[in-house]
Amino acid sequence: MNEMVITREQREARLEGMGCKRKRVEDIRFTQGKGNYVDDLKLPGMLHGDFVRSQYGHARIKRIDAAKARALPGVIAVLTADDLKPLGLHWMPTLAGDVQAVLADGKVHFQNQEIAFVVAENRYVADDAIQLVEVEYEELPVLVDPFKALDPDAPELRPDLAGKTVGAHGPRKHHNHIFEWTVGDRAATDEAFNRADVTIKEMISYQRVHPSPLETCQCVASFDKIKGELTVHGTFQAPHVIRTVASLLSKIPEHKIHVVAPDIGGGFGNKVGAYSGYICAIVATIVTGQPVKWVEDRIENLSTTSFARDYHMTTEIAATKDGKVTGLRVHVLADHGAFDACADPSKWPAGFFNIVTGSYDFPVAHLAVDGVYTNKAPGGVAYRCSFRVTEAAYCIERAMDILAHKLGLDPAELRLRNFVRRDQFPYQSALGWEYDSGDYDTAMRKAMDAVGYAELRAEQARRREAFRRGETREIMGIGVSFFTEIVGAGPSKNCDILGVAMFDSAEIRIHPTGSIIARMGSKSQGQGHETTWAQIIATELGIPADDIMIEEGNTDTAPYGLGTYGSRSTPVTGAAIAMAARKIKAKAQMIAAHLLEVSEYDLEWDIDGFRVKGNPERAKTMKEIAWAAYNSPPPGLEPGLEAVNYYDPPNMTYPFGAYICVMDIDVDTGVATTRRFYALDDCGTRINPMIIEGQVHGGLTEAFAIAMGQEIRYDELGNVIGASFMDFFLPTAVETPVWETDFTVTPSPHHPIGAKGVGESPNVGGVPCFSNAVNDAFSFLGATHIQMPHDAWRLWQAAQDLGA
Amino acid sequence: MIPGTFVYHRPGTVQEAVALLADHGEEARPLAGGHSLIPMMKLRMAAPEHLVDLRGIGALKTIAEDGGDIVIGAAVTQAQAIASDLLAARLPIIRGTALQIADPQIRYLGTLGGNVANGDPGNDMPAVMQCLGARYVAEGPDGVREIPAAEFYLGPYATALAPAEILTAIRVPAPPAGHGWAYEKLKRKVGDYATAAAAVVLTLAAGKVATCAIALTNLGPTPLLANAAAAGLVGSNLAPADVKAAADAAKAITDPAGDGRGPPAYRREMAGVMVARALTRAAQRAANGA
Amino acid sequence: MTDQIPISITVNGRSVRRFVDPRLLLIHFLREDLGLTGAHIGCETSHCGACTVDLDGMSVKSCTMFAAQADGATITTIEGMANPDGTLSVLQESFRQMHGLQCGYCTPGMIMRASVLLRENPDPTDDEVRQGIAGNLCRCTGYQNIVKAVRHAAAVINGRPSQEAAE
Repeated sequence: MNEMVITREQREARLEGMGCKRKRVEDIRFTQGKGNYVDDLKLPGMLHGDFVRSQYGHARIKRIDAAKARALPGVIAVLTADDLKPLGLHWMPTLAGDVQAVLADGKVHFQNQEIAFVVAENRYVADDAIQLVEVEYEELPVLVDPFKALDPDAPELRPDLAGKTVGAHGPRKHHNHIFEWTVGDRAATDEAFNRADVTIKEMISYQRVHPSPLETCQCVASFDKIKGELTVHGTFQAPHVIRTVASLLSKIPEHKIHVVAPDIGGGFGNKVGAYSGYICAIVATIVTGQPVKWVEDRIENLSTTSFARDYHMTTEIAATKDGKVTGLRVHVLADHGAFDACADPSKWPAGFFNIVTGSYDFPVAHLAVDGVYTNKAPGGVAYRCSFRVTEAAYCIERAMDILAHKLGLDPAELRLRNFVRRDQFPYQSALGWEYDSGDYDTAMRKAMDAVGYAELRAEQARRREAFRRGETREIMGIGVSFFTEIVGAGPSKNCDILGVAMFDSAEIRIHPTGSIIARMGSKSQGQGHETTWAQIIATELGIPADDIMIEEGNTDTAPYGLGTYGSRSTPVTGAAIAMAARKIKAKAQMIAAHLLEVSEYDLEWDIDGFRVKGNPERAKTMKEIAWAAYNSPPPGLEPGLEAVNYYDPPNMTYPFGAYICVMDIDVDTGVATTRRFYALDDCGTRINPMIIEGQVHGGLTEAFAIAMGQEIRYDELGNVIGASFMDFFLPTAVETPVWETDFTVTPSPHHPIGAKGVGESPNVGGVPCFSNAVNDAFSFLGATHIQMPHDAWRLWQAAQDLGA
Repeated sequence: MIPGTFVYHRPGTVQEAVALLADHGEEARPLAGGHSLIPMMKLRMAAPEHLVDLRGIGALKTIAEDGGDIVIGAAVTQAQAIASDLLAARLPIIRGTALQIADPQIRYLGTLGGNVANGDPGNDMPAVMQCLGARYVAEGPDGVREIPAAEFYLGPYATALAPAEILTAIRVPAPPAGHGWAYEKLKRKVGDYATAAAAVVLTLAAGKVATCAIALTNLGPTPLLANAAAAGLVGSNLAPADVKAAADAAKAITDPAGDGRGPPAYRREMAGVMVARALTRAAQRAANGA
Repeated sequence: MTDQIPISITVNGRSVRRFVDPRLLLIHFLREDLGLTGAHIGCETSHCGACTVDLDGMSVKSCTMFAAQADGATITTIEGMANPDGTLSVLQESFRQMHGLQCGYCTPGMIMRASVLLRENPDPTDDEVRQGIAGNLCRCTGYQNIVKAVRHAAAVINGRPSQEAAE
């Protein structure tokens, strides 16, 4: 085709830039089974490491006898804490300022805790050897109930901290206390409650769950003794942070550590932290001189490498009798398990839970969080949410429904009366955040119109009458949630991980022929960065997305970044990409001016190049400029066309959304059926609508799973219950509802392209929506708050308790 | 999750399989579809030294009519059962139940013989077979014998099979045309065992119950044949009070464990609900002549 | 240790003879002995279906089968699914067009399962697709676009215009 006849639309379209439903680049290899995941890696001489784990939830280890295991042919080594001690690696620092045993040091704190690391020629022999390691225990009293953690006579779980009255986040008031974190104006909040017409108070629990990506956590560590270099391939959502931590712990200089995160089979927060398996594989490769692979199995994944939530939130709202909220008071009891290994920015012991005022204009609020130890697995990861935002959204969205119920107001109406108004943005919340932009009222009303909200309420009223008359045993619930997320950690002024500021980065290099390689500090685990990052560059630089290769995860080549979690990639990395592109564009403009023999100021950008203002025939495409950048740059200008940007965001971004769920519950069995689920998301500028919708579908499915069944439970003896896919509720295609998606667009004013991030919004908003639907269904029978998970037996129990 | 070591045998005939099992005694286990045994081996909760793979025995893979019985080879898979025109026509409850077992992949390999023989109280087919009055054909060193399904289950994973005996076929007396049937299974998700499940096979005559059998899955250490519940319905027209009485009678014989599916009280209650729903559905099918 | 036993399997049209440990799981045989790493390990307890391959026309979970049991079988893995000229098959292309995958970890198992489903039921409804892929867990997509992908593939194979559009 002749270049001259291409229309502007065609020029625009062939870029496949922002806003288009570009098909994913990644899919070509994934649909052919040619992804490159950690367990696919096979290095010469590679050994396999696997753990001996604790049978007990709390016990002293009296003896470990690995002689039989060591004698098994094919076993190379069995490492215990005593072997790691000389290296100072038997304990490791956590992101939250605590320490965690890499291998149990004389004591186990939770069931399945790592006791010994067996290294063998292959995974079959390693598993055989595990059976041969004898561990003698002396059982200790077990503490699983966080509400008993601070009892005077509660067993002391962390003797290693004995006498330590100050932790990483201030004073400790008990031997099982980790921190107390308070935000807000307590006196003013108390005063609001004293003056309130109406108050509500409810203990709202968010049960312990697990992100359980389909690929578990795994790594291959390989130490080159000659060069003194360590290479670690692993399932790392934050590969650069892993490199820095590995260097700090191992004392290997950071430039001699090569961390590579290849394709990752889902992360959802599970793959942010550093786990014993990584440390042990690294030690084992250094000791043996051979590569060592560690791959956890599903039980290990569900019961050891992190958990999420386990927040118990006593929530109070003060309001006027006409439904205007006047104060919010929340106390959280946070169960952190055996070690405080929360993956939050280091200064935030409860993450961004102080977004708990939600989408509502609370004049005053006060929040206090107490973290406690129990005999459960450590963790506290942000499972498909920004740090503790899911908990906060659940807390406020449930509480608003409880208030609506008490006031006799429709839950949607109560929200409309209390939203932060459009003209209040940027909005300063009572607990310290500055919301960047929003139009909550419009979104809520659009959602209500889309589902026919009034008609649904009318139908519900009819069905309730029918139920009362005994004509049906089914009840109908309408769940409403309106969430405000806080993502994009974060500004370096308040966000760091172990002192590393939470910026992110992009490096873009245009080759002479006008194609591009670009590398980022983020790391996709399924989000499709190879596709969407190229779209941003395509729009910014006028180079077709198909001519742009995106590379992430190799710390030798990618600029330093903090990785992908907390929906931070688009708000931070996405901004870095745009800013790096704009640096290139500025240079390109100088080159174009030189080529066209005009002043830079006489040029204007037009889709894929610069043209002379008022004389559009005179133009240079980015491709032409790229060639010139290398081969005939203007005098005095260095050749080449590339840029790197490290982006420190000025603020978080605040995506929001309005979700409505219609649910039918059979009170005879407790079985709930989602009749309809509508999700309106506003994530600002939309880079690839197809991928956004996909993210929303996935996040809603996880929300459904959490609300309706997921739970990592412990019995009184500290046995972890349900740590397999038989019991841990991951819905199949049959149980999963059909999703309806919608959107509004309120760009972020401070983000270069106005985008806010979306991956986690549906989980944040979805969980309260499902739970509100359940609670709404039962409300006419007198229910105030039914705890999650809403699986069948619990809903049946609720019906029984309400006399239904 | 790696199984321990074992010697693998793949006999071509039942006699060879029986001989192998007899030779190796307690150390040997038969392997059919493997979806119960292999996961247990991977968890090292089972560690047989000899595995006798029955998949090579062609004789066990047929479904045929023999007199008034339908004879289902023990190695017939759930997928085969679902696809069988003979079963669809004569024993639709087997197809209807097989579709509720596990998931498509597992149904390709999981066998009816394995499902009924391994004694897992969570398996679905045993209750159905009890309802149908099936007899299991067992072959061992001492020859062939038949064991009624109703007498086969002794406790969790404990059955009337003698050591070295193999279940080779299931003989099901074909119920009359127009019988009603249902298998109502409450479960958390596809692939789960029943929270509670009830099998019903009944016939109607002039709108009243002529014959009825009810059995329950995963509500006690073995499948439970609810004889009293069923007997009480004969002659009734399945009025709500009749159904409730049967459900209550069925509930009375349950002894469910508490687990992630719910506490015992819930599961017992669900036994009643499943029985009631199965009766209603079976009666509808009988009334519709299907 | 137990004696290794000979097995002979046809994998993606190639005849393979090996001596294997009886306890070697089929998934490890495919991934580690043959280097076919497309089938993945997700749960190891036959719930997730990431390890699904086509064995004699059946979808099976290769983590819950010994390689020895597959002696004599014909196996197709995801690596054998592309067109002979190397382009994506209709089903693979449909997953891409309908955004039926994200992290890609469940995808090989999902496509292998869907291929057998379409062979048995060339024109499935939404519900039949959902039932048909119920042995495969996906943590990313919420299944909706997978269902679309399978139905889109059915439409293309049946030569009829597709009703599906990726959202």
